[in-house]
Amino acid sequence: MSGPDVMYPEEQQAMSLVCARLTRDANAKAVLLIGRDGQPIAEAGDVDELDVTSLSSLTAGNVAATGGISKILREKDFFSQFHEGEKTHIHITLVGGRAILVVLFDERSSLGLVRLRVKKSSDEMVRLFDSVAKKAAAKSEPSILTEITDSDIDNLFND
Amino acid sequence: MSFINYSSREINCKLVYYGPGLCGKTTNLHYIYAKTSPDAKGKMISLATETERTLFFDFLPLSLGEIRGFKTRFHLYTVPGQVFYDASRKLILKGVDGVIFVADSQIERMEANIESLDNLRLNLIDQGYDLNKLPYVVQYNKRDLPNAAPMEQLREVLNPTKAPEFEACATSGAGVFDTLKAVAKSVLTELRRGQ
Ligand SMILES: Nc1nc2c(ncn2[C@@H]2O[C@H](COP(=O)(O)OP(=O)(O)OP(=O)(O)O)[C@@H](O)[C@H]2O)c(=O)[nH]1
Ligand SMILES: [Mg+2]
Repeated sequence: MSGPDVMYPEEQQAMSLVCARLTRDANAKAVLLIGRDGQPIAEAGDVDELDVTSLSSLTAGNVAATGGISKILREKDFFSQFHEGEKTHIHITLVGGRAILVVLFDERSSLGLVRLRVKKSSDEMVRLFDSVAKKAAAKSEPSILTEITDSDIDNLFND
Repeated sequence: MSFINYSSREINCKLVYYGPGLCGKTTNLHYIYAKTSPDAKGKMISLATETERTLFFDFLPLSLGEIRGFKTRFHLYTVPGQVFYDASRKLILKGVDGVIFVADSQIERMEANIESLDNLRLNLIDQGYDLNKLPYVVQYNKRDLPNAAPMEQLREVLNPTKAPEFEACATSGAGVFDTLKAVAKSVLTELRRGQ
């Protein structure tokens, strides 16, 4: 194993800002950034009535499944997916192979506009993920994991 | 792969329930869902066939409490046990932090258990993991049935490495939380060790 994935406050904040700007620029309802394994990372827009956890795990499953299909077709990972609903549409892209960017939009926007804005945002996200990876490699922040004791772990299960 | 978010102060881990078709993986999750307080769980998602067989996966997010100010979140997944869903099983193992092998104790299912365990080993290797190094527990389910094989026999065949093991009856819930706690504990211990 290559150790845990991490996220730091500085990059998280920057990613949230990128999501917020994308929501605005693309006239989207909501934007979600999700780890490849389905963990929610950042979000913006109208997410209050969204079940972000479920949406994240299903999207990650969906991306994994299409990734599996692309392998069978000897195709590289499909770069993006678009699902058209009656009212809400969903646009899904891979961000540097590390994360998934989801844009939810309706008739106030268009697929063309979303595609255009996603490109720019995803480049920025890639840079931010690079910065996280560098920090993690340098271990510039102390890991909380080293402080965990056996009794911390035991206490979690004493109920 | 576990995910540590220093911003939201969360540790996320992924657990996968593996095992042959109808061994009781989904039933484990149903029981956990039913017995967990609403604030500690999210929605349970089941992508299943009309006949309630798992088609892609079940998913249940759980919060187990805090460690040193960090919320621990476990994402529980089950794989589809039917042999021909192998491509889907591989995908679900991606990024796994801990595995529960659910064996069906019924004597007639011995072959199916062995085949599924071999399949688990191979699929893990495919994803770059080694079952012997991964947090791993074995659950002998359906102990309530009259045709359950004796424990010694199951142990010998299905748990040669002597991983932590539990007898269970997922329909009544016996052994379900013991199994979950053991693997969750082992994942956290491994996470710390890996630092
Ligand atoms: N008697 C008994 N029945 C059980 C037990 N656990 C599960 N079952 C039953 O076995 C059947 C299959 O259980 P599932 O949980 O759907 O099996 P699964 O492993 O998810 O099966 P797949 O999704 O096909 O891989 C159901 O009818 C359960 O009620 C048990 O401990 N004892
Ligand atoms: Mg199932």
